[in-house]
Amino acid sequence: MSARSIFLALAVLPAAALAQGFAGLGTNADGFAIPQPDPQFVFPADHGPHPDFRIEWWYLTANLTGPDGTDYGLQWTLFRSALRAGTGDGWQSPQLWMGHAAVTTPDAHFVTERLARGGIGQAGVIADPFRAWIDDWQLSGASDWSDMTLSASGPSFAYDMTLTAEGPLVLNGADGYSVKSAEGLSSYYYSRPFLDISGTLTLLDRPVPVTGHAWIDREWSSQPLSQAQEGWDWFSLSFETGAHLMGYQMRQTGGSTYTTATWIEADGVATSYPDGAFDARPLDFTTIADRTVPTTWRVMLPERGVDVTVSALNEHAWMTTSIPYWEGPVSVSGSHSGKGYLEMTGYDGD
Amino acid sequence: MTVAGLQALLSHWRRNPWQLFTMIAGLAMATALWSGVQAINAEARASYDRAANALGQGQYAQIVGRDSAPLDQAQYISLRRAGWLVSPIVEGELDLEGERFRLTGIEPLTLPRGADAPAPLELSALAGFIAPNGEILVHPDDAGTLANTDHSFRPDPGQTRGTLTADIGLAQRLLKTDAITMLLVLPDQPLGQPPLSTIDPSLVLVEGQGQGDVARLTESFHLNLTAFGLLSFAVGIFIVYGAIGLAFEQRRPVFRTLRTLGLPLGRLLALLAVELTLFALAAGAIGIALGYIFAAALLPDVAATLRGLYSADVTDTLTLRPAWWLSGLAMALGGTAAAASGAFLRLNRLPLLASTQPRAWAADAQSSHRRMAIIAAFLGLVGALFAAFGSGLLAGFALLACLLIAAALALPLTLDLMLRLGSRLARGAVPQWFWADTRQQLPGLSMALMALLLAMAANIGVSTMVSSFRLTFTGWLDQRLASELYLNTTSPEEAALLTGYLEDKVEAILPIISIDTRIGDLPAEIFGVLDHATYRDNWKLLDAVPLVWDRLAAGDGVLVNEQLSRRENLSVGARLGHDTVLGVYGDYGNPAGQVVLGMDAFHARYPDVAALRYGLRTGVADPKAVADDLRRKFDLPPDALVDQARIKAVSLQVFERTFSVTAALNILTLSVAGFAILISLLTLATMRLPQLAPVWALGLTRARLAALELVRAVCLAAFTGLAAVPLGLGLAWVLLAIVNVQAFGWRLPMYLFPLDYLHLGGLTILAAFLAALWPALRLARTQPDALLKVFSNER
Repeated sequence: MSARSIFLALAVLPAAALAQGFAGLGTNADGFAIPQPDPQFVFPADHGPHPDFRIEWWYLTANLTGPDGTDYGLQWTLFRSALRAGTGDGWQSPQLWMGHAAVTTPDAHFVTERLARGGIGQAGVIADPFRAWIDDWQLSGASDWSDMTLSASGPSFAYDMTLTAEGPLVLNGADGYSVKSAEGLSSYYYSRPFLDISGTLTLLDRPVPVTGHAWIDREWSSQPLSQAQEGWDWFSLSFETGAHLMGYQMRQTGGSTYTTATWIEADGVATSYPDGAFDARPLDFTTIADRTVPTTWRVMLPERGVDVTVSALNEHAWMTTSIPYWEGPVSVSGSHSGKGYLEMTGYDGD
Repeated sequence: MTVAGLQALLSHWRRNPWQLFTMIAGLAMATALWSGVQAINAEARASYDRAANALGQGQYAQIVGRDSAPLDQAQYISLRRAGWLVSPIVEGELDLEGERFRLTGIEPLTLPRGADAPAPLELSALAGFIAPNGEILVHPDDAGTLANTDHSFRPDPGQTRGTLTADIGLAQRLLKTDAITMLLVLPDQPLGQPPLSTIDPSLVLVEGQGQGDVARLTESFHLNLTAFGLLSFAVGIFIVYGAIGLAFEQRRPVFRTLRTLGLPLGRLLALLAVELTLFALAAGAIGIALGYIFAAALLPDVAATLRGLYSADVTDTLTLRPAWWLSGLAMALGGTAAAASGAFLRLNRLPLLASTQPRAWAADAQSSHRRMAIIAAFLGLVGALFAAFGSGLLAGFALLACLLIAAALALPLTLDLMLRLGSRLARGAVPQWFWADTRQQLPGLSMALMALLLAMAANIGVSTMVSSFRLTFTGWLDQRLASELYLNTTSPEEAALLTGYLEDKVEAILPIISIDTRIGDLPAEIFGVLDHATYRDNWKLLDAVPLVWDRLAAGDGVLVNEQLSRRENLSVGARLGHDTVLGVYGDYGNPAGQVVLGMDAFHARYPDVAALRYGLRTGVADPKAVADDLRRKFDLPPDALVDQARIKAVSLQVFERTFSVTAALNILTLSVAGFAILISLLTLATMRLPQLAPVWALGLTRARLAALELVRAVCLAAFTGLAAVPLGLGLAWVLLAIVNVQAFGWRLPMYLFPLDYLHLGGLTILAAFLAALWPALRLARTQPDALLKVFSNER
């Protein structure tokens, strides 16, 4: 087993870790802090890291359009994973960092990954002024996330983007306390769904100017998994009406699911929905890397009259990272139309 | 019929167990020597690969400080932040439990995939590895030694003995440094990466090589071993050839009977092939087992040699690797096929009702001698072409191969000429019969004698090379280690303190100051030397400009060692960078290139490098008294002061171990040749009765006949020995003047050691005598009726 996969097995991607049969992590917090109900977030401090929690991420996805109308997807993620709670100087720091960056076009998917130790300056997050970085990749700007720049590079692609906030932060679950399973496993979880983004993608040395819409997720936790959970399917959808929908289902052994959703009005007013309100069913599958992955979905939130078909822009948006998963842009049609992002983890090889 | 045929064929071996033993033993010995050598090579290469993978040496490009200055952590971070995907490595020596270990610190998250963490780090282990007091990976054999230390160790067969691998954080703490030794550059770098020079001009990018430096440097050593293994194999195959040929000849009546009973020729050949394949597999398996034992016995010496000569870490425990045992089996099969091909061809051409005369195979000896001589002449020509136009180590070995095979092929004709001369000089019936009969024996013995020739020539050649090397090396050590005492300090402060104290107590204090660098992408060292009589008087330069030491002191240029001079084609007067080469000096036993600068020039160029080692010329003072005084005064550890004699002893020890492998192979090859003679004589003895019976009937007693047999064996061995001397010296010349230069980068003067050759000649004659003794005794005890039967049997 390579050092990289060990890193991942330490559960930066909870469902992926589950998929590896590494379920123990999910139920035992080992001296780490545990999310409590009724959180009182303090900004900008909470944009920064929470080293007493086991895992944390800064997750940006964007739907982009080129000058010729071509659709693109962009992902930039910084994960933090702690071997032990707390901080330390230099190499003694128990904090580990991982970055994933990807660009999806209708017929190509570029992925790259970075790993770093905490404590030595190679990667980290500072809240004020905001700066999240690993190696030369960076998401940085004003402490209120109103204006930021974003960059990443890989062997065959790079991007350089500017972000402008158009709406408020949205707290998912109960004021940012998000329950993940019937047993009560939980995380702190908030989103920033209203961001304009523009800049340049470099694809195999070819520059492409793009504009579009971005979404940032922030989540941290110490025990987000239940032993019975196999993986998850996560949707962030932006409708042409200006409303947004975040919904996901945790797939449990035996075929049952645990679902959560947040409906966000165009003015930023958000409503959370408990288990069962949101429904997602696979319509069509694609075989990628010896796995069968659903790439067309029927997604429903009946209380908001949502009944849409969600289709992958590129069905082969497979993240060939240390622990692989599917993540890519989608288009939405049906009761509502729009664009969005889909992440699916825990799909084992056949 | 097939089964009956096979039974009939196999019954021959039941009736002639000796022949079976000969064939199996010959093949097993040949395979043993070959697979033993291959096992050693495979083990060493696996060790290099392990080391190269663990450190990524060679495989990956590296970033190092200019002039090997260590890097600091901020430089690592600034490179990563600029988009350079690099992984830090720290290396150093660590004393634990009285033993010195080489500690490598790695950063598992950024380490290139191919150079993955050297142990199969399990899921739970990364946390244990990265932890502040994390696990240190250690070879299982070393784990016991370290059991009582404060650290936690994890036995890992992937480690080389004497090395430890730890997380970089822990390694830095243990080595008491914040520095990084080098950065490995990952193969896939991102787009838009700025050039290294704009990020940090003090860093140097060293391109990776296909294989590590160590593998490159030691390649010649392994090629040497392989060549030796091949030679031993060839000698062994001579035995097999003899045994198979004889068995075929003796079974002619059986073949004829089987054929007349209706067994088709094709099936007969197939049955014989099956029979030989079975023998080859059996002998191959025995050979591989013997080879394993042989390699296991020699490996510690080889490992010590490689460590001493090249600082290459090779484990001294042997693993069964498919690479070498498969190659051993293949060689056994291939060798048998080669040895049997002639016999098969003859059988294929054999008329159905051919005479069963066992001497038929020797009948046209004359023409076959001539044929072999023609091939020998041709090979000699090819060899001359290699000598004239070839370059590189392989050409050197090709020349050796041509030389040896040509000489072996020319041997029967040469011996025939010598014997003819003998018979011409002979007076009286018995001597004349003796010479004529010896000539008659020649075809049957020639294979064994060729084997003897090769073994002796190899012995003479290699011992001449080793002895020449030893003579040159010890002389060179005397020149080089002129200072009576060598002082090692740990810091410039300590150095200043100690040299200050010694100022008026010794005649001269000569700093030994150097930095490691690379020239032409290979490791090299740059030294600074004071202008002192020690160098002027003791260093023998191979070539130099007039007033070389004055010009060196004045900073006019540099001296280079012979290795560098040959490698980079730098003769006196050539330019090395901005410097003129003022002289070339011999530097035996050092794989790296060396450049010597005057001390002032060195300081001007490398102001940050301080000397930590010093040579002390004690002059009239007693070195021991000086050493004792210094130790007492400053409470120095034992290795802070080393006397000249000890360094010489250590150097010579390395040297002797280097060639202990060669010596062992030499003895083994000679034993195989001796065995070949024994076997040939034994088999000939059974066929010789018809030739001896008439002589016996004419009045020569059996004892006299037996004595003559012994004299004959000794004569033939002596003649072969005489032929082996010039061949061996030619071999030595090729080894010293061509192979050695290619392999090590220096040329050694050739010395002759007549007493050694005489000694070897004596040994050979003794071996031939012993080999002939048993057949002779058997002859002396042959019952008269057996001799009489010769006349009654219809032949």
